[in-house]
Amino acid sequence: MTYREALRRALDEELERDDNVFLMGEEIGRFEGSYKVTAGLWKKWGGKRVRETPISEEGFVGAGIGAAMLGLRPVVEIMTVNFILVAMDMVVNHAAKISQMFGGKINVPMVIRTPGGAGAQLTAQHSQSLEVMFAHTPGLKVVAPSSPADAYGLLKTAIRDDDPVLFMENLILYNQTGPIPDDDGDEGLVPIGRANVVRPGDDLTMVAHSYTVRRCLTVADRLSQLGVQAEVIDLRSLRPLDVDTVVDSVRRTGRCLVAEEGWSTFGVGAEVAARVHRACFDDLDAPVERVGGAEVPMPYAKPLEMAAMPLEDKIEAAARGLLRDCGVL
Amino acid sequence: MSSSVEQHSPLLRDAAAARRILRQMVLIRRFEERTEEQYTRARIGGYCHLAIGEEAANVGAIEPLTDADYLFGSYRDHGTALAVGSDPAAVMGELFGKATGVAGGYGGSMHLVDVERRFLGGWGIVGGHLPIAVGAALALDYREADGVVLCQLGDGAMNTGAFHEALNLAALWKLPIVFQVINNQYGMGTSVAMASAETELWKRAAAYEMHGERVDGNDVDAVYEAASRLLQIAREQRRPALLETLTYRFRGHSVADAGKVYRTPEEIAAWKARDPIELFAARAIEAGVLTADDVAVLRRDVDTQVSDAIKEAASAPSPDVAHLYDNVYGDAGTGEQFARMDTAAPFGERRETRNWRT
Ligand SMILES: Cc1ncc(C[n+]2csc(CCOP(=O)(O)OP(=O)(O)O)c2C)c(N)n1
Ligand SMILES: [Mg+2]
Repeated sequence: MTYREALRRALDEELERDDNVFLMGEEIGRFEGSYKVTAGLWKKWGGKRVRETPISEEGFVGAGIGAAMLGLRPVVEIMTVNFILVAMDMVVNHAAKISQMFGGKINVPMVIRTPGGAGAQLTAQHSQSLEVMFAHTPGLKVVAPSSPADAYGLLKTAIRDDDPVLFMENLILYNQTGPIPDDDGDEGLVPIGRANVVRPGDDLTMVAHSYTVRRCLTVADRLSQLGVQAEVIDLRSLRPLDVDTVVDSVRRTGRCLVAEEGWSTFGVGAEVAARVHRACFDDLDAPVERVGGAEVPMPYAKPLEMAAMPLEDKIEAAARGLLRDCGVL
Repeated sequence: MSSSVEQHSPLLRDAAAARRILRQMVLIRRFEERTEEQYTRARIGGYCHLAIGEEAANVGAIEPLTDADYLFGSYRDHGTALAVGSDPAAVMGELFGKATGVAGGYGGSMHLVDVERRFLGGWGIVGGHLPIAVGAALALDYREADGVVLCQLGDGAMNTGAFHEALNLAALWKLPIVFQVINNQYGMGTSVAMASAETELWKRAAAYEMHGERVDGNDVDAVYEAASRLLQIAREQRRPALLETLTYRFRGHSVADAGKVYRTPEEIAAWKARDPIELFAARAIEAGVLTADDVAVLRRDVDTQVSDAIKEAASAPSPDVAHLYDNVYGDAGTGEQFARMDTAAPFGERRETRNWRT
């Protein structure tokens, strides 16, 4: 099953399970979603459960918050993460604040699903990975699955969660295939805040989320040709962050590299590195290495775009550099 | 008979103008058809939104702009750039991602620009450029300059918050700006009726004490007449306006959308029967301003011009990856420091190999 189909199945099952769940977003009905995640759902569930909106992100994200305050469970789709900036005030100034600001009397059980990522020459305003902006913000939860099973399980968990969850998808991952549980019960649920060791290894810990996990797996395979076994950790959640899983691994390997598609500066790598340096200072053979997108708005021309992205070769070069510093290569 | 045609057709009073208008519309059409073909040949990547069917709305509104005026557009901007006179080879160069492109290959299809012709951009976030266009009008007013801003937007963009804020500011501050809604009746697969409580979009201007008006966007004369008038009022009296040009995109939202799921074949055919280029060509011939031969010659010239533009763009060099970090800031002084913040090439945190244990 593809990542896209896994998401669709999770949405369909949650619509079935709970009348309070409804979907809202641009082009998600008749047009079946810009990236076809919601294909068929409008036909099956109708316009009340699958609500089509105008291009009014601030309006319908805000409406999602209000509906959630009255106990509905809106799943809002933002066509791509770039457009969420129009609704940033609603997300950061409003959704994230409500529970605590009102003394825990009201909560916001809302999910915002949105894809990010680059690689299709969509240029500066359409290629961003902005999840760290939300991971920075107390009051929000942020998840970013990299496999169909996690997409399925985390989306169901997010919908049942009582807090606002930013659910980061990725444009390239939509066609990624993988197994998901057959039965629609609860055993496929994936908890928020739990990282996953997707490849075991003892020589190097590679930490990533979303599509960059796939890239790290490719690099890990390449490194194994050199006799180096890299452990790849899929963070899955950025907020809350599962520091323990990373720290346990780095205590064993003594080496850590964090890769992400977004910009490294003030990014996931910065956060993980700070925590690993503190927790594993005595275990580290070298400082934590970071790889991220070049710190430029994404240019259009293919050679420039490729040069700006943290592709496998760049991650591999950083890993080799780190291993060399440690006398392993 | 020809005199009655001329009456409704300010552009036909002058054969040179008629020829220029027709040529620009034909250029946009041909350029876009070839763009579509080049896209399928993978010479163009990313999103690509064609203006086929919207030629009259573009050319009619942009024709009255003077050297003092500024133009803003959405991401559906190829026709906008060609109408304002940008070099087709440089526009195609941008679509091909070449160093010779209007933005050096950095912007692509959605972000065309021509500072020399005061075309300040194609913009990709729906509605985002409206307040910015208001700011340009503010600058003109601030300097007591003669210029006006023409800001194009789609029907879908009218539902963004930025639209309301921009129109209110423009009217409140009495700025020289005309907002041109290119109402092609859909924002992606969403019809105006599905997205806007008031489907006569021009009426929304009333909420801002602004003049609003709708014209047939496939009739280049009608667009030209209204745009000329409203631009002049904005220029001379500092009264902004909302001009709705009702038209249709013959293609899908982008080259990735066939445009058929949400529209009926009858609807598409009805609009194609009112092809803006055919309408104007027939009118010009009927008025005796142009002959059928003139039109055929003009079409052939345009074919050659577009073929040449493609050839030129295809043989142009790609931007050099050594320039990846160029222009991120206008301030060259701190550029190196910013580049050093990057954890990756060309500087990076890692500049030398060292053994941390010793
Ligand atoms: C803020 C924002 N939301 C969503 C999108 C995705 N999107 C791109 S074009 C478009 C439709 C816009 O329609 P309209 O304004 O009518 O312009 P047209 O494409 O018809 O020229 C949408 C929803 C976007 N670019 N920006
Ligand atoms: Mg439209």
